[in-house]
Amino acid sequence: MRPFDYVEMRVPAKSQYVGVARLTISGLASRIGFSYDDIEDLKIASSEAVTNAVQHAYRDEEDGEVVIGCALYKDKIEIMVADHGQSFDFEETKTKVGPYHDQEEITFLREGGLGLYLIETLMDEVKVHHQEGVTVFMTKYVGGEQVEEDVETISS
Amino acid sequence: MELEESNNVLTGIVRGEIDAHTAPVLREKLETYQNEKNLEAVLDLSDVNYMDSTGLGVFVAFYKSINSNGGHVKLKGLSARLKRLFDITGLGDIMDIEAVGKGGK
Repeated sequence: MRPFDYVEMRVPAKSQYVGVARLTISGLASRIGFSYDDIEDLKIASSEAVTNAVQHAYRDEEDGEVVIGCALYKDKIEIMVADHGQSFDFEETKTKVGPYHDQEEITFLREGGLGLYLIETLMDEVKVHHQEGVTVFMTKYVGGEQVEEDVETISS
Repeated sequence: MELEESNNVLTGIVRGEIDAHTAPVLREKLETYQNEKNLEAVLDLSDVNYMDSTGLGVFVAFYKSINSNGGHVKLKGLSARLKRLFDITGLGDIMDIEAVGKGGK
């Protein structure tokens, strides 16, 4: 059995679905015990990623789709957002995304200005994969900053 | 969004969620005032319950155009969440924003 629950959404590359994705991720995050503030951070970060993907996907193809995959662990959520319609093998894609540096290859993400900056600031880890479209992979840990509440579950 | 102008003073109340879908509507409404000279704009964001970079982009654009025409933009009623969004992007230092409650410096 894999150590996480996986939920995937596929939405048209249209701005009205950004809010739908945001609310779904908010609901998923609340299931694994994220605090109110962390959930608000997740809502912003995921909206930024989906907004970017919607814009890229729409530019390439008018009836493009965006795929959002969420892996729910006990202590973290991993969110993958791809601007090309194909479903991904979550684990396989995860091995392909890598850390990135401030190089030209990601200027396409910077063009929107603050979006990627906010993702980086609000999430604990961010990786990007650029091949057949753009995939953003981001992780947030439950209680990333304050660990006190989780003392019970951590002491194993 | 409600906007009202009299004697070069624009007051507005923005409500709801500002994201990729709603930001263009807000932008369009604000753009009708962007070329006015010496406009004093005060926008109340108390009832904004969600905002991301698309909303920041709209307010920055409005701020820039009003400023370049000798006017001023003030955003008031910011929740702690909204205030934080402005602060982590550095916009809190540039724009005139006021948080809800006491000590919201």
